[in-house]
Amino acid sequence: MSDVAERVKKIVVEHLGVEEGKVTEAASFIDDLGADSLDTVELVMAFEEEFGIEIPDDAAEKILTVKDAVDFITSKQA
Amino acid sequence: MFDLTGKKALITGASGGIGAAIAKVLHAHGATVALHGTKVETLNALAAELGERAVVVPANLSDASQVEELAKQAEAALGGGVDILVNNAGLTRDGLVLRMKDEDWSSVIDVNLTAGFRLSRALLKGMMKRRWGRIIGITSVVGVTGNPGQVNYAASKAGMIGMSKALAQEVASRNVTVNCVAPGMIATAMTDVLNDAQKEAMHSRIPAARLGSPEDIAAGVLYLASDEAAYVTGQTLHINGGMAMI
Repeated sequence: MSDVAERVKKIVVEHLGVEEGKVTEAASFIDDLGADSLDTVELVMAFEEEFGIEIPDDAAEKILTVKDAVDFITSKQA
Repeated sequence: MFDLTGKKALITGASGGIGAAIAKVLHAHGATVALHGTKVETLNALAAELGERAVVVPANLSDASQVEELAKQAEAALGGGVDILVNNAGLTRDGLVLRMKDEDWSSVIDVNLTAGFRLSRALLKGMMKRRWGRIIGITSVVGVTGNPGQVNYAASKAGMIGMSKALAQEVASRNVTVNCVAPGMIATAMTDVLNDAQKEAMHSRIPAARLGSPEDIAAGVLYLASDEAAYVTGQTLHINGGMAMI
């Protein structure tokens, strides 16, 4: 796993209080990890802070899985 | 009870009678207060009277960009996130519907309702992150009962109640409560403009047989801002001497 993926995973585990093993790349925040819509907003806020980036609303709407988040953040950092 | 030590509060319309009383009581219970208004001299005088833990943040709430700026200015001046937002600023542009101009309608909705929405949106993130927040809207008895000559004002105040209930449901799980206080007839500059006959008519409808004071309202705000009111959300506290029992 890349550094970005590790940091994303850590945030998800901390924020949603789920087991690390469940936070796979394909895991959906809402369907697999039990997040509600407010959790997803908070996760995006946490990603913005951790990586010092801005995630616009239209991009945030498309971040549904751990992989979506990692890909978006990686593309911003490239 | 009602200890607000370490909490940071933004009170809009703090140059008015009710807003000033709210600022004073929150400050007296330990909060650091940011006083918003348009009358800078009045705000400076109030800040001087309060002494430490009081800052002045003027802004025109009918201007969207100034509202966004106000949220940032308040947090900078307070030295941290706003924990308690009191949406108190309000104005009236009374008139019968048949004579009411679009501008009278929109200026009242913009300041009384939309500014509160914008400030709530801007300050909520921090409250959610800190898992503690209070948003308190100062609505009005006429938002529930209506009042001839005040369709714009009544609509703005009813809107505030609906907005608070919806927002309360969105953020309750983050320990952010959203409530309203609905004053009845309170002795302030806003009610001074009524003529004697109008005042007399209002008096006769108040079982307590007197106008309320700004401090009567501020006490309700203090309660809703406190830790003791953590389980109260989406509510409207009517403080009106029994004028309307809802």
